[in-house]
Amino acid sequence: MIPKRIDSIRFEVLSPQEIRRMSVSKIITPETYDDDGFPIEAGLMDPKLGVIDPGLRCKTCGGKAGECPGHFGHIELAAPVIHVGYAKLIAKLLSSTCRECGRVLLRDSKKEEFISEIERRKQLGQEYENVVKEVFRITKPIKKCPHCGADQFDIKFEKPTFIYEADHRLTPKDVRERLERIPTDDLLVFGLDPKAVRPEWMVLTVLPVPPVTVRPSIILETGQRSEDDLTHKLVDIIRINQRFIENKEAGAPQLILEDLWELLQYHVTTYLDNEVSGIPPARHRSGRPLKTIAQRLKGKEGRFRGSLSGKRVNFSARTVISPDPNLSIMEVGVPLAIAKELTVPIYVTPNNIEEAREYILRTEHPRANYVIRNDGRRIRVLDLNAEEIAEKLEPGWIVERQLKDGDIVLFNRQPSLHRMSIMAHYVKVLPYKTFRLNPAVCPPYNADFDGDEMNLHVPQSLEAQAEAKILMAIQEHILSPRFGGPIIGGIHDHISGLYLLTRGEKKFTKEEVIYLTRRLDIDEIPEPKYDGLWTGKQIFSMILPEISLEYKAEICQGCEECKKENCEHDAYVIIKKGELLKGTIDEKSVGAFKGIIIDEIMRKFGPEETRKFIDNMTQLSIRAIMNAGFSFGISDEEIPDEAIQQIREVLDEAERKVDELIEQYREENLEPMPGRSIEETLEMKIMQVLGRARDRAGNIASRYLGMDNSAVIMAVSGARGSMLNLTQMAACIGQQSVRGERIKRGYTYTNRTLSHFKPGELGSRARGFIRSSYKEGLNPIEFFFHSIGGREGLVDTAVRTSQSGYLQRRLINALQDLKVDYDGTVREQTSNMVIQFKYGEDGVDPMKSFRGKAVDVRRIMREVLGEEFEEELEVKE
Amino acid sequence: MSKIRLQDHILVPKHELLSEEEAKKILETLRLNKEQLPKIKVDDPIAKEIGAKVGDIVRVERESPTSGKSIVYRLVV
Repeated sequence: MIPKRIDSIRFEVLSPQEIRRMSVSKIITPETYDDDGFPIEAGLMDPKLGVIDPGLRCKTCGGKAGECPGHFGHIELAAPVIHVGYAKLIAKLLSSTCRECGRVLLRDSKKEEFISEIERRKQLGQEYENVVKEVFRITKPIKKCPHCGADQFDIKFEKPTFIYEADHRLTPKDVRERLERIPTDDLLVFGLDPKAVRPEWMVLTVLPVPPVTVRPSIILETGQRSEDDLTHKLVDIIRINQRFIENKEAGAPQLILEDLWELLQYHVTTYLDNEVSGIPPARHRSGRPLKTIAQRLKGKEGRFRGSLSGKRVNFSARTVISPDPNLSIMEVGVPLAIAKELTVPIYVTPNNIEEAREYILRTEHPRANYVIRNDGRRIRVLDLNAEEIAEKLEPGWIVERQLKDGDIVLFNRQPSLHRMSIMAHYVKVLPYKTFRLNPAVCPPYNADFDGDEMNLHVPQSLEAQAEAKILMAIQEHILSPRFGGPIIGGIHDHISGLYLLTRGEKKFTKEEVIYLTRRLDIDEIPEPKYDGLWTGKQIFSMILPEISLEYKAEICQGCEECKKENCEHDAYVIIKKGELLKGTIDEKSVGAFKGIIIDEIMRKFGPEETRKFIDNMTQLSIRAIMNAGFSFGISDEEIPDEAIQQIREVLDEAERKVDELIEQYREENLEPMPGRSIEETLEMKIMQVLGRARDRAGNIASRYLGMDNSAVIMAVSGARGSMLNLTQMAACIGQQSVRGERIKRGYTYTNRTLSHFKPGELGSRARGFIRSSYKEGLNPIEFFFHSIGGREGLVDTAVRTSQSGYLQRRLINALQDLKVDYDGTVREQTSNMVIQFKYGEDGVDPMKSFRGKAVDVRRIMREVLGEEFEEELEVKE
Repeated sequence: MSKIRLQDHILVPKHELLSEEEAKKILETLRLNKEQLPKIKVDDPIAKEIGAKVGDIVRVERESPTSGKSIVYRLVV
């Protein structure tokens, strides 16, 4: 087939003649099928409109079901009705044209001015809607036609299809007659193309009937036919149409005819759009609103977004994900059941025909599911016919073999917000029913294992497979284009594990070293630092490539003066030539989003080496954490009695202070802060006092928890949680808030939050301060306030996700046609218009930048000059 | 009331009108047609101030957080 290019598309309005011309049948009866189950002629299922029942032939083209695309019919409406989609435009046209002569209410010179402005903008490819709007705006209040001098009245539009002229309702017939009078030359001023539309066509006199293939009826298990919603609606229209004709012929009173006319209008309106405001939607017998034309097209599941922009695909799978730290980050564990279903095509050539034959003859997992013959016929490979197929196999056939280890697949988690949401992995077929992935690749997918599901796609063509391997592979996405730093790196246990391993001068025996390094990709173990004992730092150094770095770790306390290599917290990391000399490895070294070491390896050695490092790092860290033993329980939140006593004193004092402040406020002795009322001042001061009390209580608790507490280890190393979380568990939860204020809503009349308090009470407990810790447990009042604060958090996240999702959609739709050209300019794809003369005004690819900057001068200097540069720097500093 | 110069305001970047030769040179170096440039309206206050006519090209020089200084050209429409 020769591919054809669409040069342009023009939208027009169907004229009545056009509708009749393309119609193959005039539909007059609302019946669909006769008693024998055959479609009735001139009915809605007229065989001329195409066929859906197998066996029958189309009376127009002779095609069978599936071959015949269907053909349009038409209904002659007994009275004209307004098309809902154009109702507003019709009203605007009426109010801008003369009610007598039909010309625009503008002098000719003015009209020409507008037309030439529209032409000019069209030529420049700009929007001209504003000009048209201006025309409507200035012609609306004109009271006298400048051409024939006829008086004009106000036109009012009422949703959905009613048009009034000075309180008098215009019938669609009147409307149509007036629109007919608008001269073709005047259409240009409304931005209408005279070749595409005559305004009277917006009032329907003939209704096209879509082919049956568009509205197929389905046969239920009971043998009953169930018609499509559109057919139902068309039945209604024909019924009313016939009733109208009969009544008119019988000479029925005007009132009855008008009622029927309105009913016809209602049915045609809801046939086109069943969600217009102002009228009740047409419903199915069951009460479900009908899905009519507009509903088929509109929205997320509509034809555009649901069927054209996005579709369901073959060669894909979806299931729950779970972690497997023994996989490489570039692998994905695929359940056997899925691997047996998904296939990769082998294009048979003389060179691989034997290999293909083997797959056909196999009876176990990586076997062939289907073969596709030269003539395009697809044959299922069964034990029965395997030998026969293998015999007949010849070059040119395609053998679809099952997914096996080492195949490349695309792995995806929704919402696909950035390009790291779809990455290429290598298959590892595993038992059980979940996809398995290394937890280090969770951050780019934003995945966790609380029931998340992910999708997997198998690229079919060799081109697609090559592209996936080269462009979409995990290691190509370690650095994020968002901020130029690593997005894949250690999480949770990886960080805790390396922290435990490298902190201080821990010593390990040979057995331990062998255990820790068992899965690593290394060949030799260095000389032990102590007699037969290795340090944790030495073990970590084994997986480090030759890099040199110096930085402050996450655990850095921010001392007033940094003692650098003599840091007493072991928080100053020094790596020289791939040897960790000082400092502890934590989130800042290897964590996703931070990972300075990962960043450095990426820059110096590239993706492959970095991938190896991350693989080694995850393997080493989980063994390190298992070797050390790491657990957390309620008892870890325990603090000694003296600490509890101190916390109680701090909180008591704070409460006393709050009471004092309230006392001052009651006696009107409180000095208001600048720009605040006395009440606001009081609130702020109370919040301040209570906030400080919570912090102090937290400090007391953390002093007693100590650095060997596992929760503290997780918090300071950045593995999980924060010190705030910890102090809330151990010491005091603190103030609960709604919209940043203390909780004050409750009983309005007595002005208190709960009936347990005195009217108007302002004390800390009455406004949602929680003294207890999570470990102690909350009293009922505290619990109530806590649930109020907690609910606000939930609502906030729910609102934020929906809002940011829509924002993202709008942004993507607006930016999708932009590209960076080879000359560095940002242009629109089709028109080649320049958007930016240099991408980001500096032409820097954020992924290849160093934390947003084009070059990291310091790093290059150090690289080139080595130690000298460091010394020189030190002298200067 | 005396009229102030818009360009004196700190938030208004420097606009300047290009001569015909300059414009031609710029379009050649950028390998662009006039129509592919971003647009500025003739009735834009700043365009009025520098006396731009339809079809002229304006050079805008502004501070940029990423590159220090950025130069943009606009076609007057």
